[in-house]
Amino acid sequence: MSDLLEEAGRARTLTSDAEQAETVLFSRRMWIRELDPRVRIITVLVFSICVVQLDQLPLLVASLCASLFLLLQAQLPFLPTIKRVMTVDSFIILLLVMLPFTTSGTELFSLFGWPASYEGLLQAVVILLRANAIVMATLPLIATIDAVTFGHALASLRVPERLVHLLLFTVRYIEVLHTEYKRLRTAMKCRAFAPSNSLHTYKSVGYLVGMLLIRSFERSERILMAMKCRGFNGQFHLLKEFSLTRKDCAFALLSFLFILSLMALEVMHVGAA
Amino acid sequence: MSVLLETNELGYAYLGRERCLDGVSLTLRADERLGLVGVNGAGKSTLLHLLVGLYKAEAGTISAFGRGFETEEDFRLLRRRVGLVFQDPDDQLFCPTVEEDVAFGPLNLGYSRADARTIVEETLALLNLTALKDSITHRLSGGQKRLVALATVMAMKPDILLLDEPTNDLDEDTRNRLVTILQSLPQAMIIVSHDRAFREQVVTRTITMESGRIS
Repeated sequence: MSDLLEEAGRARTLTSDAEQAETVLFSRRMWIRELDPRVRIITVLVFSICVVQLDQLPLLVASLCASLFLLLQAQLPFLPTIKRVMTVDSFIILLLVMLPFTTSGTELFSLFGWPASYEGLLQAVVILLRANAIVMATLPLIATIDAVTFGHALASLRVPERLVHLLLFTVRYIEVLHTEYKRLRTAMKCRAFAPSNSLHTYKSVGYLVGMLLIRSFERSERILMAMKCRGFNGQFHLLKEFSLTRKDCAFALLSFLFILSLMALEVMHVGAA
Repeated sequence: MSVLLETNELGYAYLGRERCLDGVSLTLRADERLGLVGVNGAGKSTLLHLLVGLYKAEAGTISAFGRGFETEEDFRLLRRRVGLVFQDPDDQLFCPTVEEDVAFGPLNLGYSRADARTIVEETLALLNLTALKDSITHRLSGGQKRLVALATVMAMKPDILLLDEPTNDLDEDTRNRLVTILQSLPQAMIIVSHDRAFREQVVTRTITMESGRIS
């Protein structure tokens, strides 16, 4: 009994933490967050494409510094941000460790008789820098746009309508489905369901998932009916309109100049070599 | 008073089940707010869905505004004038923001964006919801969702409102607000509700459904 209460208490603090993080993420007023979402999306896109083309260490370090600057400017909460960056790094960590040993070239050192090459290490560092530069630019510029605005921005950037609506419907109903799941889970708990490695557990969880699927299906049918009642004929309309300000133009100009000079330096170096 | 909507011996059965509507005949006059009661599963919600052609009646006829309705084409016209407010507002509100959700109907009816915006302003003002205009629909409270769902239907400027359990999980304040709103609206209504006090305040006549018929 007591551990149940404790768990309930913990769940509450967890949600309040999460809520707090969310408020901090979306509510603080800063110049980065007041930029037009479209400008932010395009900038990150172009920046990412450019960064993956770079091979020169100094240029990569420069782009990482630019990303870090944006990250600091956006004043994101420290711990969650580190966590997000680490999540991405954890995907490539295996690759980074393997690369020096699998690439042939000048031997740098050897571990248990396995030679590590200088070229491999260089490759690993380049990948690490690229990935982090992109992630650290994405976090302040795109992760601070809330999902609904992001959808609207994509729509006004002429991203195919179907994709945008898929995103917006997901945003709208994921919470409803999650609540439904939580309700079912609570109802199971109230009848003393404790998951264990038994056939009963697998069966019950199967019922839970099946029930969620059926309910989602029925809900989608009801939504369609409600839409029909309001004269739906296959066409969606989004109302939100964005407008570019001077600040947006200035930011776009500066970032494109920066990206352009990165590319120019890279090309010059390749040309010289 | 003129008859707005009339059904004659409507029958309907869900696939592979017994008939849940078996000869429903009812009449709705202008200025009338009809209360519809009956035990759970008596077919009240099904009847409302049938009235706007979401399900196809197997027997009987529906006529409204002086003409009959049979095909999907017919009902598409009928739905412009008969607004159904669903039992679960989460089914009704699917757009990201309140403004867009309320504008969805008018835009479908062919109004321009500017006109749709005006209609949104008017409808929200009518229901005292102007403050919620830019809210994200899934972050609204249960009561707010219900009122906004009503607004989305009101924006179609219907002549008849069909309300399915409108007072479900409403707190005292929101419930009273809804009562005041409904009393002030000129539309004829059919209201399914188990809430006796609410019915006494709002409806002008009550009919009971029992085993698929109106008794």
